[in-house]
Amino acid sequence: MEEFVLMKGNEAIAEAAIRAGTDGYFGYPITPQSEVIEYLAAAKPHERTGMVLLQAESEVAAINMLYGGAGAGKKVMTSSSSPGISLMQEGISYIAGSELPCLLVNVVRGGPGLGTIQPSQSDYFQSTKGGGHGDYNLIVLAPASVQEMADFVSLGYDLAFKYRNPVMIQTDGALGQMMEKVKFKPQQPRSKKSPDWATTGKTPDRERIIITSLDLDPSRQERFNEKLQVKYRTIKENEVRYEKIQCDDAEYLFVAYGTSSRICQKSMQMAREEGIKVGLFRPITLWPFPYNEIREMAGQVEGMLSVEMSAGQMVEDVRLAVEATVKVDHYGRMGGIIPSSEEIVEALKQKIIGG
Amino acid sequence: MAENAITTKELIKKENLVYQKTKLLTDDVMHYCPGCGHGTTHRLIAEIIEEMGIQSEIIGVAPVGCSVLMYNYMNIDMQEAAHGRAPAVATGIKRLLPEKYVFTYQGDGDLAAIGTAETIHACNRGENITIIFINNGIYGMTGGQMAPTTLVGMKSSTTPYGREVSQMGNPIKMTDLVANLPGTYFVSRQSVHTPGNVRKTKKAIRKAFEYQALNKGTCFVEVVSNCPSGWKMTPLESNKWLAENMLPFYPLGDMKVPEQ
Amino acid sequence: MTEEIIIAGFGGQGVLSMGKILCYSGVMEGQEVSWMPAYGPEMRGGTANVTVILSDNKISSPILDTFDTAIILNQQSMDKFESAVKPGGLLIYDGNGITRHPEREDINIYRIDAAEEATKMGSTKTFNMIVLGGYLKVKKLYKLESVIKGLKKSLPERYHHMIPVNEKAIHRGLEIIKEVATVN
Ligand SMILES: Cc1ncc(C[n+]2csc(CCOP(=O)(O)OP(=O)(O)O)c2C)c(N)n1
Ligand code: SF4
Ligand SMILES: [Mg+2]
Repeated sequence: MEEFVLMKGNEAIAEAAIRAGTDGYFGYPITPQSEVIEYLAAAKPHERTGMVLLQAESEVAAINMLYGGAGAGKKVMTSSSSPGISLMQEGISYIAGSELPCLLVNVVRGGPGLGTIQPSQSDYFQSTKGGGHGDYNLIVLAPASVQEMADFVSLGYDLAFKYRNPVMIQTDGALGQMMEKVKFKPQQPRSKKSPDWATTGKTPDRERIIITSLDLDPSRQERFNEKLQVKYRTIKENEVRYEKIQCDDAEYLFVAYGTSSRICQKSMQMAREEGIKVGLFRPITLWPFPYNEIREMAGQVEGMLSVEMSAGQMVEDVRLAVEATVKVDHYGRMGGIIPSSEEIVEALKQKIIGG
Repeated sequence: MAENAITTKELIKKENLVYQKTKLLTDDVMHYCPGCGHGTTHRLIAEIIEEMGIQSEIIGVAPVGCSVLMYNYMNIDMQEAAHGRAPAVATGIKRLLPEKYVFTYQGDGDLAAIGTAETIHACNRGENITIIFINNGIYGMTGGQMAPTTLVGMKSSTTPYGREVSQMGNPIKMTDLVANLPGTYFVSRQSVHTPGNVRKTKKAIRKAFEYQALNKGTCFVEVVSNCPSGWKMTPLESNKWLAENMLPFYPLGDMKVPEQ
Repeated sequence: MTEEIIIAGFGGQGVLSMGKILCYSGVMEGQEVSWMPAYGPEMRGGTANVTVILSDNKISSPILDTFDTAIILNQQSMDKFESAVKPGGLLIYDGNGITRHPEREDINIYRIDAAEEATKMGSTKTFNMIVLGGYLKVKKLYKLESVIKGLKKSLPERYHHMIPVNEKAIHRGLEIIKEVATVN
């Protein structure tokens, strides 16, 4: 039996990556996530599983290494933080456009520009609404504990390969840097088989394989886009994940993910001690977003407060979900500041209950 | 106390002043770790600008790295640049303000990894800018990861068992590379680990600014520097280590000088 | 039981590892724990602090504004965190380098001169273990054997020969912590 160990979120991702049978990690140092590559470098993954580890010369190079490795049918991943993820956007669009699986980790820090290195959730739009060019979507998972940081690595790979689509774990500097206890799944062997769409060398028994996102004929390109849209609809129907905490008797609702959802749990306890019945809805997949499930809550509660470490990004999806049937507002802090649980209770009173 | 020793009171009298901080350095407290070569090199650049009297004609570009806050310390106009992009930013400034002096101040991770393309192409086009390249063999700012310049066998947080050529290749000598490009006009490698070397570096950087006015191409000065924090050494140890390990691989001297 | 702690001092005082050992001690007794450091370049040679939560229940927010216990190891941290102790809570501090002693009258205050003691013991590295010992004396959270197990877990194997010295330091801490003022 595996036992609990204490680890930083970033380290947990790294250990989980080795255990999930990752074939290759390519990345470039950036705070607050450099522990991922540092942990891997110390853990000698090549000796443990044969996993390849390479510090690339830039994020542009790293994402294109992923593109190559994914095209060869391998389990590949990278991790970075906001400015680095911005640099990767072109490559991410190519990977989505070529229908390749890969795992991306964004340990978000405050922006825009070089910003701060403190935790933030201001990359929500970037990861859920495209980021790069073209009509594509990433599957976006938002862990809220170190255990989930670890668990979502293998979940991410499963989804990426099931749908041949890039998956992003979107977390932040707080979850990356904090330690909690975590239990790892046993080592999974690296896959020996290659998927039949991978470029592994043309043998006489099959047609040649081409990995590309190019089609100069607009009608064929449109047909390809329609195929992508069918895939995205299937994902929306099957892969929505969320958690409801104390929602049964809730008269008000916090909607929050990741670090914000942890703080909201404390706010919820505080508010309930004052007799305010507030529940917490935590989206786990930011894309596909749990529109229907939040809409259902609109019939039950008197108002919703979207709590985010941003100027208010996810709140737009909450509003879309409830279609103006219930009051929705946003409370957040920006630039790397984490809101306190007291502030959030106050915001609930001011913006939703009193307002 | 010796008979003729000077008292503190006398010492601080104006007429006994022997050395003064250049006015081109602000009074902000530098955030660099004790003994770090960044501070020394900042001072040299500030002194040169003052001595040349070009404060109103110079624009500096500092990208991400420990020196990202250089604009706090230099009393001149400066732009901050994204990681690796300073030569492109400087190209933009210089092309639009060709009468001005423009320089970049870049670390080795910045100039020789993520910004290799920008560096090579600015130098190849012969942009009339000055590039100051602080090579400390490591990513100082992010906490001591391997840089493209990290020596073989050298430990860093991403090469905890030492840099291995089979995995990471050999350290890259960017200065040798750009010296071979027709677009560069003056290329030199110096260091700031002893007073003598500091003086030589000052001469080289001054030339790299003076030549800029001739519009003959890119002037490039590498400063082999230390990173006591990233190297996990005291400042003294780091300077000794630099002399014994960095300099044999990165020998000092002018690598390309204008034909007389 | 839930205990919310801030440990704050200079980088290099072993603030973060002390938090980690406490957490591992909690894990040894089946508790939930969280360890949230302040991070960033401002930590370089400057202050270091970590928020530690030990609880029998699932931990909600790992980030806090007020604490049951503040362990304060320099003046800057005193200025920042004295006011963050909950009324009736606990403040433990090392007197070394403190120019303004704690002033609150609604909290329990203990002093432990661990820096001085560590020098006497000939190993400044054991400083944080002396403080830990003092804290455990006041709070009586864990069996000593869980703490030693926790210590073992958080030290890399190559430092395991240091465990007896650290154990001694914890014991010393139990002995030298002094009550300054208590409420109840
Ligand atoms: C796109 C992007 N990727 C990564 C980073 C993180 N980062 C900041 S500075 C730096 C390396 C600095 O090393 P170097 O250029 O050698 O400068 P030094 O700090 O050693 O002076 C990195 C990787 C960033 N700011 N932006
Ligand atoms: S980390 Fe290294 S390069 Fe950066 S200021 Fe400190 S010594 Fe200098
Ligand atoms: Mg460097």
